[in-house]
Amino acid sequence: MKNPNLLTREQMACRVAAELQDGWLVNLGIGIPTLVVNYIPEGRDVIFHSENGIIGMGPKPTREEDIDPDLMSAGKGPVTLIKGGAFVHHADSFAVARGGRLDAAVLGAFQVAANGDLANWRLPGATRGNVGGAMDIAVGAKQVFATMTHTDKGGEPKIVETLTYPLTTQRCVTKIFTDMAVVAVTPEGYVLEEVAPGFTVDEVVAATGAKLILPDSIGTIGTIAA
Amino acid sequence: MANSQKMKNKKADTLDAALDRVTDGSTILVAGFGFGGVPEVLIEGLCGRGLRGLTLVNNNAGNGRIGVARLIEEGCVAKMICTFSTSKDSFVFTDLHDKGKIDLEIVPQGTLAERLRAAGAGLGGVLTPTGLGTGLAEGKPVMEIDGREYVVERPLHADFALVKAKQVDPRGNLTYRMAARNFNPLMAMAADCTIVEATEEVPLGAMDPDTVVTPGVFVDCYYIAGPYTPGTIGKPAS
Repeated sequence: MKNPNLLTREQMACRVAAELQDGWLVNLGIGIPTLVVNYIPEGRDVIFHSENGIIGMGPKPTREEDIDPDLMSAGKGPVTLIKGGAFVHHADSFAVARGGRLDAAVLGAFQVAANGDLANWRLPGATRGNVGGAMDIAVGAKQVFATMTHTDKGGEPKIVETLTYPLTTQRCVTKIFTDMAVVAVTPEGYVLEEVAPGFTVDEVVAATGAKLILPDSIGTIGTIAA
Repeated sequence: MANSQKMKNKKADTLDAALDRVTDGSTILVAGFGFGGVPEVLIEGLCGRGLRGLTLVNNNAGNGRIGVARLIEEGCVAKMICTFSTSKDSFVFTDLHDKGKIDLEIVPQGTLAERLRAAGAGLGGVLTPTGLGTGLAEGKPVMEIDGREYVVERPLHADFALVKAKQVDPRGNLTYRMAARNFNPLMAMAADCTIVEATEEVPLGAMDPDTVVTPGVFVDCYYIAGPYTPGTIGKPAS
């Protein structure tokens, strides 16, 4: 049975949202990252970039009649444009990403390695894959926040020493947000920063496939109602 | 006016007139992302022509049974170049790919954009940090510039580009609508022959030159498709 203390997708998105600072330009990947836009604290000016050429992407429209097929997110969901937003073509959109203008990118992940290597585009042995914009965005963003469940469906850790899944981008992940913990990727290795309510540090360590540095003070993830 | 009498006529009065030049074995750039900026009328017009051996370049590998997916299902496509090969409704492609009947080249999205731009701009390729050390860089040269490594990616040139614009004028100047711009301006530059479907035509001189995104020099032919709801062309009436 699934542990009821595991954070929901919404709770994970809410925790990542708290990390995004005033004035930042941020790219959100598909899946859990898409939800982040709904949890930006009131009054904080975070600008979202969508790979299909939207700078200043706003939340999904509240009225049915405002849904526009020409204004969709990378995940093909309806979105809005903030005041002062802009549209660019694909080369300019990826210039924003690759050119180092993104303060952060929030991306889903299959695995993260201790050196920050990210795997999120292809399953081992697969003949196909979905790279989309992930390789370009991860290589260019100043910080890459990986969001994923702490373990896979078989209970295997997704935070590992070295990747066993195909590489997306080398040494890019700076922080990992899971349904059990927040883990920073540092030159010294993984540092356990926060643990979800209801879990012990030992439980997180046991679910992690690599050495975790345990600082004297480890926080508890602030959560919203599930 | 003498000038306009000599002007090249780029307007195709019928869909057939726009598409008859497409032949077997062509490489065709198909613009669009999601529902935005997809030249649905042109793609639909290519279906049922019995074309064979096409290489299609698109962000996805077809969705459902219309558009690019229908071209694939009709056996027109030998190779798909895309960034996202396996959506939940890309079964037409994945089925043929599993059977070995269609080739696949996966390209990172930003690399695809720059390879198209390089082709349009007369460049010999692109140096990008994207894909370094991954399976998508296998077999490609790596160059070190100022202490940083880059993958050498080749220009992606095509015989045809299918483009969707908001407005076109008789010179072929184009504007786009919101995020429907996406790959359209890049693909318009990267083909020997760029075929446009536009929602509306405006008279010569009526388009504000400051708003032109694709100048007509990149456009060979346009067809007025009129307004329609994206995602509906080729869909059986329900």
